[in-house]
Amino acid sequence: MHGLTAEEWGIVALSLRVGLVATIAALPIAFAIAWLLARGRFPGKILIEAIVYLPLVVPPVVTGWFLLEAFAPGGPLGFLSDGVLFRWTGASIAAGIMALPLMVRAIRLSIEAVDRRLEGAARTLGAGPWRVFRTITLPLSLPGLLAGTVLGFARSLGEFGATITFVSNVPGQTQTLPLAIYAALQRPDGDAIALRLSALSIAVALAALVASELLARRMRAAMVHGV
Amino acid sequence: MAFDLHVSKRLGDAEIALRLEAGDGVTVLVGPSGAGKTSVLHMVAGLLRPDRGHIRVGGVELFGDGLDVPPERRRAGYVFQEARLFPHVKVAANLRYGAGRDAAIEDVAQLLDIAHLLDRWPRTLSGGEAKRVAIGRALLSDPAFLLLDEPTASLDRGRAQEVERAILDIRDRLRLPILMVTHDRLQAERLATTMVEIDPIRT
Repeated sequence: MHGLTAEEWGIVALSLRVGLVATIAALPIAFAIAWLLARGRFPGKILIEAIVYLPLVVPPVVTGWFLLEAFAPGGPLGFLSDGVLFRWTGASIAAGIMALPLMVRAIRLSIEAVDRRLEGAARTLGAGPWRVFRTITLPLSLPGLLAGTVLGFARSLGEFGATITFVSNVPGQTQTLPLAIYAALQRPDGDAIALRLSALSIAVALAALVASELLARRMRAAMVHGV
Repeated sequence: MAFDLHVSKRLGDAEIALRLEAGDGVTVLVGPSGAGKTSVLHMVAGLLRPDRGHIRVGGVELFGDGLDVPPERRRAGYVFQEARLFPHVKVAANLRYGAGRDAAIEDVAQLLDIAHLLDRWPRTLSGGEAKRVAIGRALLSDPAFLLLDEPTASLDRGRAQEVERAILDIRDRLRLPILMVTHDRLQAERLATTMVEIDPIRT
């Protein structure tokens, strides 16, 4: 496999941009929902939980179609249609929504794993709820937070069904790696391109996993040797 | 009056009820396990809300008549039975957690013989070391009173004696009122200025 063409670089760069923006935008939302599910006690919690996890089990094409209906002119979010439809921002929205359930699940588990007796101890030492959150809860749930983020990013990179339904397959705008592979396979002479792009997507995924493993190791080391 | 408690709380099928008035020094709560001794300490610290009653320490109203001071403003130096050191920071940071800028960390470390542990991680400490660090952390948070839950449980005799000495030191030198829980009657008799029995009411 020789050097990448400018077009292939463009696809990789677009995929990374869509995946990063999706993950970064979804992270605070995922954390808030995870917190609510882990700590909140309110009626209808099961319903919220079900709705959040829905994109995990509904066919992605359905999620994409709902997004399209929502953002199309005349839809409830139609005023945003110019900035979203057929654009990379729309691809990010689709990827973020598909990644959200995985992130919520991982982060929720890590919040639930925090020993609440330590939070009580911090309160008696004079720390208010916000300081307890910053100095006890957040650092202790950091490994799960990181795992959830990497999982969400990986899911974003692989997003296909919701994206192609919602924002179509526009080269340079919404054509991320999976969509480019699909487009190549539609062409009679596309096998070689599809092979190169497939190898590329494996390389990107592998790099993300290795990076997260290195980060996790460094964080574990930081937990042991000083924060 | 150092401690003036009148609390009741239903927990499962047990009812915890206690009336206690005690002066300065060490007040020891004794009673069988399951009597709710730890729950009483939690209520005084603000970590457990009584169903009814009032809590006053050193003349300061902490709970009652619609008042419920949050734990961070009760100035309780609470030494939990399981130490509860923060596992993600070293001993020094644990000690500093509730301490003011000019807290005398060295003095307290000296008093409790933990100066050599400051750079250690909590999980590397023995039970007795962890307990003494927990006492130091509570003392450094500028408490108005101390709550000690089984301070010598799980310690061998030598270590238990050290902790008992430290408790008496705190009583005499720092003059902090202490409310302490133990199941060890001999220890209660050794340390108590006031001894209070607590029995569970099962319904």
